[in-house]
Amino acid sequence: MRTNFIHGSIQNNGLAVPLVTDRLEIKDYLGSFMVRWGINRGNYMVNTGLFAIGNPDSSSDVFVSANYKLSFDSLRKNLAGINGWILVLDTKGVNVWCAAGKGTFGTKELVRQIKNVSLDKIVIHRRIIVPQLGATGVAAHIVKEETGFNVHYGPVRADDINDFIAAGYRATKEMRKITFKFSERGKLIPNDFVYGKFYLFGALAVVFLLSLIGKHDFPGYSLNDGFKAMFNIFLGYCSGVVVTPAILPFIPFRRFAVKGFITGIVLSIILLFLNLTGENLLENISWFLLLSAISSFLAMNFTGSSTYTSLSGVKKEMKTAVPLQIIFAAAGIILMILGKIF
Amino acid sequence: MKELVYLPDVVTLELCESTCNGCGMCVKVCPHEVFELSGKKAHIINRDYCMECGACALNCQVKAISVKSGVGCAAGIISGILSNSEPTCGCSQSNSTCC
Repeated sequence: MRTNFIHGSIQNNGLAVPLVTDRLEIKDYLGSFMVRWGINRGNYMVNTGLFAIGNPDSSSDVFVSANYKLSFDSLRKNLAGINGWILVLDTKGVNVWCAAGKGTFGTKELVRQIKNVSLDKIVIHRRIIVPQLGATGVAAHIVKEETGFNVHYGPVRADDINDFIAAGYRATKEMRKITFKFSERGKLIPNDFVYGKFYLFGALAVVFLLSLIGKHDFPGYSLNDGFKAMFNIFLGYCSGVVVTPAILPFIPFRRFAVKGFITGIVLSIILLFLNLTGENLLENISWFLLLSAISSFLAMNFTGSSTYTSLSGVKKEMKTAVPLQIIFAAAGIILMILGKIF
Repeated sequence: MKELVYLPDVVTLELCESTCNGCGMCVKVCPHEVFELSGKKAHIINRDYCMECGACALNCQVKAISVKSGVGCAAGIISGILSNSEPTCGCSQSNSTCC
């Protein structure tokens, strides 16, 4: 557990409540940079329970957070200048929204933590501020029934907390709305890039071996061909996990698989003009099929990172996309082999 | 910025306006402005913006809202099919991520 942000403690009801700083240090920034790249991501946690920030008393606000350190850091940074309490739920190191979807950031855990820390003895009011995206797991009326505390859903983004409080615990329309801007998509790309690495290595190995077929001048020319093929596959991977997410709103069509298909085709055209797709028609066609299938499949997986796709919608697009992706990929491999032999 | 909208006419969201007590909780929890409160009743105004997160249904005291909620995540759906269970994202297992 990381504790570098704890700067002492304050006494309350005979309990020592850890006092956290609102300042992020280099260590925090470094940690968040690493988890964005998938390093130590499954274990980036803080302790659960009650924390203090500033100099809170019994009338101070209570903010609920997840024990994913990225979520916790974002909250404490935005509580600069506020005297408050932070109640951290055990979400197994997962962010608020995802944990709420799974139910770990949920009614049961919130009720348990409120009782566990005897929140009714810490504060005299009965108001807790829960991030709006936590509502997917929290039923406010049941929390009220079981603990007496009124859940006030805060803004979607922790940056708006000050304005939310100043407005009398009211979130404006803008504060309630989830966005998916370039900067927000960009933060997700490194992790997606790293996430599929084993599939990428596997695909690289396969095309490298395929490119050796029908060549009798090993290792000279065929090695060169193999590296070219690996380069193409790597770009196909990037087309799906980097380019498509980055320019998502600007690619026509709503289905992610179609968006990825388009970027894959554009990539194939570029490679064709750079003379990187092969030596004959069959090989050229095989690269169009392979790259568009890979890019389409990977882009389709970005639905899980997006902030606006529904289960019904993703199921619908997968029903047609996945069979086509499989056919394209299989045809691509067959044509590549044929192109090598003939 | 351009509004990002997913596929039209697919979501399972239903609101029973006669049951609605007009508390406005759905308007507060929805991250996509799907609901509007007018005449002491909630109304669905942007149905296709719904991502089926289920926050509205969970926070509706009178159970006027129903939605088959779940993860809109292709990888989650694939792993759900492979393990013969409901679609889930791999967030809870260490080292794996999805959403």
